[in-house]
Amino acid sequence: MASYVAKPTPPNQDKRWKLVDATMRRQGQQARGLIETLHTVQEAFGYLDGQALRYVAMSLRVPLSRAFGVATFYHFFTLKPAGEHTCVICMGTACYIKGAPQLLDAVQKDLGIRPGETTADKKVSLLTARCLGSCGLAPAVVYDQGVAGKVGTSAIREHLKKWTGA
Amino acid sequence: MTPEELEQIGETERAAQSQFTQGVNVCVAAGCLSCESQAVKDSLDQEVAKRGKKDRCQVKGVGCMGLCSEGPLVSTSNGVLYKKVTAADGAAIVDSLDGQPVKQLVCATDVPFFQRQKKIVLENSGNIDPDRIEDYIAANGYSALIKALTEMSPREVTDEVTKSGLRGRGGAGYPTGLKWSTVSKSVGTQKYVICNADEGDPGAFMDRSVLESDPHRVLEGMLIGGYAVGASEAYIYVRAEYPLAIKRLRNAIRQAERMGLLGANICGTRFSFRIDVRLGAGAFVCGEETALIASVEGRRGTPRPRPPYPAMEGLFGQPTLINNVETFANIAPIIRNGGDWYASIGTEKSKGTKVFALAGRVENTGLVEVPMGISLREMVFEIGGGIPEGRKFKAVQTGGPSGGCLPSECLDMPVDYESLAKAGSIMGSGGMIVMDESSCMVDVAKYFMDFCMTESCGKCIPCRVGTYQMHRILTAIGNMTATAQDLKLLQELCDLLKHTSLCGLGQSAPNPVVSTLKSFAEEYRAHIEDHKCPAGVCGVEQPVGETV
Repeated sequence: MASYVAKPTPPNQDKRWKLVDATMRRQGQQARGLIETLHTVQEAFGYLDGQALRYVAMSLRVPLSRAFGVATFYHFFTLKPAGEHTCVICMGTACYIKGAPQLLDAVQKDLGIRPGETTADKKVSLLTARCLGSCGLAPAVVYDQGVAGKVGTSAIREHLKKWTGA
Repeated sequence: MTPEELEQIGETERAAQSQFTQGVNVCVAAGCLSCESQAVKDSLDQEVAKRGKKDRCQVKGVGCMGLCSEGPLVSTSNGVLYKKVTAADGAAIVDSLDGQPVKQLVCATDVPFFQRQKKIVLENSGNIDPDRIEDYIAANGYSALIKALTEMSPREVTDEVTKSGLRGRGGAGYPTGLKWSTVSKSVGTQKYVICNADEGDPGAFMDRSVLESDPHRVLEGMLIGGYAVGASEAYIYVRAEYPLAIKRLRNAIRQAERMGLLGANICGTRFSFRIDVRLGAGAFVCGEETALIASVEGRRGTPRPRPPYPAMEGLFGQPTLINNVETFANIAPIIRNGGDWYASIGTEKSKGTKVFALAGRVENTGLVEVPMGISLREMVFEIGGGIPEGRKFKAVQTGGPSGGCLPSECLDMPVDYESLAKAGSIMGSGGMIVMDESSCMVDVAKYFMDFCMTESCGKCIPCRVGTYQMHRILTAIGNMTATAQDLKLLQELCDLLKHTSLCGLGQSAPNPVVSTLKSFAEEYRAHIEDHKCPAGVCGVEQPVGETV
């Protein structure tokens, strides 16, 4: 006899869980849909927190350890909420030899944070990327969603000033 | 969808396009989009409407035209290519259609960058609208699929691919025909096709461009592959870092489904095929086929020992065909024009063309497709236009973190799988990064080792610990604190990693170090003995073992 496991209910009334449920349904509520589901969660909520991981793991019937393992293995997933704005500096080879490290140094100095961190006022998150595939425009930087090419130190400082209001 | 219906769609589209006597194509691939080519397109649209030419002049968003460094690029029906166009230039360009070209924006196309290329994979890039399947069909799209389904047996399709001599474009260069016939001979209840679009090599963007410029071409290749090996389900594994490529790909799949080119009983035959997109999540190791399979199955992307090869036991334990984006993009022309035609291009052992992403310290950066066997000198100095600011060429790096740095002595070497391997590098997926004298080779080796160290999945010890050790020594060399003993240890570690790591990532991780040690030993010596960095890059004190 098959044992009946009640379908877990979403952690709260947030409408965004409907999106997550839809993705899991599309994947046939199977473990193989774990990564796709985490993508949906991150897209909807911005990051993966404990309750989201627990809910997804229960729904797809995978151990929480596996959901946590996947979430921490892949660089794309983040367990911390991001700041209001994100600044991604590409550290691909082409960008690297065209001066991305100098950009990173300048931003680190200005904001006082390291890659992967968010400023204390939650305004700006600084991230680095492996390669954005915009090597023809090296060095490249992503401000929120928009890619900017051939960025210089003064240009990036200017842009960040707009965000921090300093 | 019958062959006649497809022909009809193509005819209708061609007739509709011939109504336009003039046309302007704007590049809307990621490179030019980040230089605001969308605003250029909007402005051109407005200008055309303002002049009441909407029924005569077509403004089309197209894929990559190659010369990304000069973007946004615009080409017109009277054969002029414009570079660095801004929205304000819209009016002048529309006016120029009836008169003289806008002089200050013209980009010369009679230069080697354009003349030396031979386009097979990229033949539609820059000509068709990637968001419209009709445009692709009008350019002979899906005719290879129809030909394979209606006139050829799966065996004949595989034979044709074998005859073409096509080799895997993901880097290793395994003969594609052989892989296809292995999968077709394997027994399983369900076979799968996977397209590897997890282009993780920093400095490579060929797959992104192909997916953004001509997504249907890849789908068609996958369909033909599925027919040849007897698969009915497919996944295309794309990096999440390529949102535009994902969007266009999903759109292309929807369109193909609506036309009956994907789904059940394609073209009234017994062949059914379904393609699903799977997003990567930023793990370089997932480019390795067994790790990729683990990731598609929803697990951590860790590789497993081979054999069994995915061709026998792959996705969900079933026979699986895995090919790279560019490999699949080569299939349709091979079926259309025959394997012999393809085999007539390139060198004896490396057939056809290869798309390269040219970047770094060269004048012309962007995407180029050249026949195999072209020399590195032609790539860098003719197509690439040489080194800017009158500096001196130092090295060209191919194959990403798994490849090596080729010094100026290698410039006259032909670019093919064997020659590159012999020189200590690999073809890789096609990234080609040029470095001049301002780059320090120790720093470059450290950069790649940092990459491999961070991206190591941690499953096998040689790779997990070895990359860390090597990175520590390279950092010490960069900080001028290393000794001759350290250098010896570094060389030993190179050998150890190469022979004992589980997957390609660890086995090839020492390549950048080995190749720079071989060709630029003098620089290592200067760091260790003279405590000097010839390029003036190293020397800033960095904590040992620090990840950037």
